[in-house]
Amino acid sequence: MLKDMLTILGRQLRPAISMLIVLSVLTGLIYPSAITLAARALFPHQADGSLIESKGTVVGSELIGQQTSAPGHFWGRPSATSPQPYNAQASGGSNLTPAGEAQLKAVKERVEALRAADPGNAAPIPADLLTASGSGLDPHISPEAAAFQVSRVAKARGLDEAALSALVARHKEGRQLGFLGEPRVNVLMLNRALDSLAANADSAKGKP
Amino acid sequence: MQFANILTIVLYMVLLLGLAWPLGQYMAKVLEGKPCGLDRVLGPVERLLYRVCGVKPQEEMDWKGYALAMFLFNMLGFVVLYALLRLQGQLPLNPDAMAAVEPGLAFNTAMSFVTNTNWQAYSGESTMSYLTQMLGLTVHNFVSAATGIAILAALIRGLVRRETRLLGNFWVDLTRSTLYILLPLSVMFALALAWQGVPQTLGGAAKASLSEPVAYEITPSADDLKADPSLKPKPATATEQAITRGPVASQEAIKMLGTNGGGFFNANSAHPFENPTPLTNFLETLAILVISAGLCHTFGHMVGDARQGWVLLAAMTVIFVVFLSVCLWAEHTGVPQMAALTGGHGAGNPLPGNWEGKELRFGVTASALWATATTAASNGSVNAMHDSFTPLGGLVPMVLMQLGEVVYGGVGCGLYGMLVFAIIVVFIGGLMVGRTPEYLGKKIEAFDTKMASIVIMVPLFGVLLGTAWAVMTASGKAAIANPGAHGFSEILYAFSSMANNNGSAFAGLSANTPLYNLLGGIVMLTGRFWTAIPVLALAGSLAAKKSVPVSAGTLPTHTPLFCGLLIAVVLVVGALTFIPALALGPIVEHLMMLGH
Repeated sequence: MLKDMLTILGRQLRPAISMLIVLSVLTGLIYPSAITLAARALFPHQADGSLIESKGTVVGSELIGQQTSAPGHFWGRPSATSPQPYNAQASGGSNLTPAGEAQLKAVKERVEALRAADPGNAAPIPADLLTASGSGLDPHISPEAAAFQVSRVAKARGLDEAALSALVARHKEGRQLGFLGEPRVNVLMLNRALDSLAANADSAKGKP
Repeated sequence: MQFANILTIVLYMVLLLGLAWPLGQYMAKVLEGKPCGLDRVLGPVERLLYRVCGVKPQEEMDWKGYALAMFLFNMLGFVVLYALLRLQGQLPLNPDAMAAVEPGLAFNTAMSFVTNTNWQAYSGESTMSYLTQMLGLTVHNFVSAATGIAILAALIRGLVRRETRLLGNFWVDLTRSTLYILLPLSVMFALALAWQGVPQTLGGAAKASLSEPVAYEITPSADDLKADPSLKPKPATATEQAITRGPVASQEAIKMLGTNGGGFFNANSAHPFENPTPLTNFLETLAILVISAGLCHTFGHMVGDARQGWVLLAAMTVIFVVFLSVCLWAEHTGVPQMAALTGGHGAGNPLPGNWEGKELRFGVTASALWATATTAASNGSVNAMHDSFTPLGGLVPMVLMQLGEVVYGGVGCGLYGMLVFAIIVVFIGGLMVGRTPEYLGKKIEAFDTKMASIVIMVPLFGVLLGTAWAVMTASGKAAIANPGAHGFSEILYAFSSMANNNGSAFAGLSANTPLYNLLGGIVMLTGRFWTAIPVLALAGSLAAKKSVPVSAGTLPTHTPLFCGLLIAVVLVVGALTFIPALALGPIVEHLMMLGH
């Protein structure tokens, strides 16, 4: 029995080693390299990480959220990455049970902070502004969460609420193909548009 | 749930079952060694591969030879992967300067990928070099899946063939599964993912300058605190965002198709670079189950009776839809205490449901669908944090793993697990009427039933003993993130996942410790090979038998009655084994939530 096994083992050793090498080269080197070349040729922007450049410097990725806390910017979802929020080298969620004390305490604090930042706003707070995303890098908020923040941002920027709501509406993405996923707003793209809108308004005011 | 959400679920089921049929027929041709179309292009590659490796494709193996070749190949793969993890710091393609992986973690990770588990005790973006991701992890994503298909092919041949010892050639099954099934599907899928925004680059992390600097605190490490307890957190400010990238699309594709699930990034498919849009999410969810569902038809085709495949697929689909409904209901209902803080229940709430740990672009429905699919199959990737699901929403993925990963299940291994359950069903049926049971014309005798029992029992022992060990040790309990019943759920989930080769996690558990790395590695090893080898022994025993003609006393195995019996046996075995443990975890947590 044992001798049989050893004979088979001896006979299969060469195929086992060479199969491992050959399949490793095929699936571990040739396949990813071919996809890299093809992706670079066909979709260069996406292959590089959908990076956004401004005046020659990279300012972020369309797909990766950033932390904002100034009242004049729209805020994204709470991020549980460490040590800093939206750390794109250490993705992850809070992993808190939603029924637990720690989570309820965190949510209460977030409610208080949002209320304190905009005392006049009594609208219900959408859940995405109170819960950490799975990746900690979620680039989106719901259109409801953007609408909730309009009054705060308008006040901080001295902008007209209606104009700001129109800007938010322009950045709303519907469900993909009409039914997939949820309607959403990309916070980084919205803030960039907001910055240039505010800059235009300032320069218009500065004109004699 | 809104209309668009319901449409997503319906279309998902329609596409899954619709694609399973043609894919199943195609895979049958591949495994029977017949021309499949692609061999006109890849045939020369296949023959070259055999020549280089000294494989004689016509030379078939008995079950021992097949098992030995399979085991040898996988253990060599383990050794090479372990070496690669330990040496990655000295090797090329390491733009972000990753250091060698520690021995315990390297052991666990190598075992995890060789066994098609893809449990992640590590965080991809801060641990693995690009070379490791490609030449290590991607390779095993392919070959561990191909190994599963090969073992399934051997078992089907055991059922089909009569009075022979031969089950096929492992090297041929491995090569053809990789070359004609996994590789072409991965190429197409990887390009679709890249189009939608999944990066594919060998450039290291990108540096982005932030418009608002981020103030944060650096807490001193536990070791530093031990040396000097007076250390305070240091304030720091980030003005840059370093964005980790890499050859993601190529790995993501096979990670989903091969029911592997080990992510390029720590957050797995919740990370926008692994899963950037609702469309990629839909396609990735489809990729989790499509090969496993298709293999049911492959089975029907190879045994010459399509109904035998349909009945298994029907049983899987019924269980899947029931569990999916529970998960959708639980996650859309959310947590009452949380609803009170947002907009309350009903129309006043702008965004109802449980959103903690979920990505906005997917939403609650697509997250619950993924959680159900990834644990029905032994995929184990996540697009939302299962640890942050509601108690009953988290119970669903846990139970689906504990059923033994037979609801579609892993590529190949899901169906061979389900066939083992089918053998148990005819055995029980035979006991009821007092006849020797038969399956597909093969008498099921003592040896076969013993092997089937081992296959079902080994993972059960892995889950329960592993959990028991962890909760009895201090270091096992120290890893818990959430106190109380949920903490027990985290440990139970971890061993359910590893013993059944799933790989998903209640990720709050700090599993990168010597206890979890070592115990987990052993549990994964037994869960994979102590089921695969008895399955091959069973195949050998079945192949040697004569075929008995169908008689009036034969229990037909293509009927709704058989389908119902199969569902009942799968659920009863799971329930008898795990309800006491589940009562201590998610069930008590649910009751406490309601009584709050």
